[in-house]
Amino acid sequence: MKFRSVFDIIGPVMIGPSSSHTAGAARIGRVARQLFGKQPEQVNIHLFGSFAKTYKGHGTDVALIGGLLDYDTDDERIVDALSYAEDIGLKVNFFEEEEEAEHPNTVRLVLKLGEEEMKLTGVSIGGGKVEVVELNDYELKLSGNGPALFILHHDRYGAVATVAGILAKHEINISYMEVSRKVRGETALMVIETDQSISKEVADEITGQPYMYNVATLD
Amino acid sequence: MFKTVRELIDLAEMKELPISEIMILKEIEDTGRSREDIFAQMSNNLEVMEAAVLRGTTESVTSHSGLTGGDGILIQEYLKSGKALAGDTLLQAVSMAVATNEVNAAMGTICATPTAGSAGVVPGVLFGIRDKLQPTRDEMVRFLFTAGAFGFVIANNASISGAAGGCQAEVGSATGMAAAALVEMAGGTPAQSGEALAMALKNTLGLICDPVAGLVEVPCIKRNAMGASLAIVSADMALAGVKSRIPCDEVIAAMHEVGLRMPKAYKETAEGGLAATPTAQLLQEKIFFSSSKKTRS
Repeated sequence: MKFRSVFDIIGPVMIGPSSSHTAGAARIGRVARQLFGKQPEQVNIHLFGSFAKTYKGHGTDVALIGGLLDYDTDDERIVDALSYAEDIGLKVNFFEEEEEAEHPNTVRLVLKLGEEEMKLTGVSIGGGKVEVVELNDYELKLSGNGPALFILHHDRYGAVATVAGILAKHEINISYMEVSRKVRGETALMVIETDQSISKEVADEITGQPYMYNVATLD
Repeated sequence: MFKTVRELIDLAEMKELPISEIMILKEIEDTGRSREDIFAQMSNNLEVMEAAVLRGTTESVTSHSGLTGGDGILIQEYLKSGKALAGDTLLQAVSMAVATNEVNAAMGTICATPTAGSAGVVPGVLFGIRDKLQPTRDEMVRFLFTAGAFGFVIANNASISGAAGGCQAEVGSATGMAAAALVEMAGGTPAQSGEALAMALKNTLGLICDPVAGLVEVPCIKRNAMGASLAIVSADMALAGVKSRIPCDEVIAAMHEVGLRMPKAYKETAEGGLAATPTAQLLQEKIFFSSSKKTRS
């Protein structure tokens, strides 16, 4: 079941005009921003399918930028996100891709700050609901049936146990989990799907642990 | 707890509870949140809807493109003339649905029900019917839980995305949700809610998503108006005892099938239907030429 809560249907409260192309886009931008952990100086935005065809009309561009500035779906600053981005020197480039993606509302974000780069592919599945399908070239096998937790951390023993321990303490059950890394001892990615929602407090507690870099949640 | 309309209705009948209560119980069970917390969030959503209805019926909003706005007020003024052919309740609902979507198109704050493009139908019906049924605030919040329960089934068995299933998945779903919730508010049975949903959905089957210039304005706003009126008529028919010959879950499955087979040009790509008309093409050129100049100056 992709839609789990009554608030997936009656909600979100949002800035118009489109739940998939505006609110969903803002959410994808925000997950990317949270995982990157800081304000990028440049973002390349690759749009696919309906996103590529209609993004200007739906405010998908300002919503994605709003999300990348860490705004929520109902933040009125979304309307003027372009000028807020300009104010802080965030450079944004849009690419309308011809290639066909699996879902019509797909976007790939490439966030950059100096040498650092992060790639995230998100899909807006309707009603403001989104999924992350790819992160730094890792294809994520999330079912989309539960809330998700993304953690970038130092590849080191005990990291998984620390996170699992915190989730257990808050009575959050893990339904799916994957850990991936490119180079041993460097940055690894933990992706966890849970049965219960993950509150900001729980996410903050994980962020506060040693060797955890950035944490993002998706309800 | 429930995956189909049949299961939802069976559950409500077995427990002798309204659909809204079944939805609240499911939400408590699935999220572990308290009833008060869940009710308060829905109550807040109701307030957002009310504010959008109020804004669109009293203040002349205009979208960024300049294409739409002000029709909610036009219908309100016409209503005051006392000449309305469709009757006050129906036209109130229509004006409020239009008002909500005009606020949405102007990048105002709305509550998606189930999407932003279809955000006018549910509040339009709910606030349009208020004078007639005089619901308490709690009953109005319950209306949203009932609408949400049926929308939940549609979303998980078919689609609520125009890009995936066309406008039938958005305005169609919203219309069915509003019709079903209205039946409960008017004192109908859970089974009658299902009938209302089936009848509403049957009459939006095949509705394409063809937004002019890709904007959630033309024809979205007027489709919300018609969705609100269709919802009220469907609820009335169900309350009168009329039944859908095709069971509700099968209508939802049909909507899913139609959505899958619908050409891409009609699924929010702005490549077909009204979006491909000569006038739409002209409007698109005009809007994007002038708006791109505006943002760069």
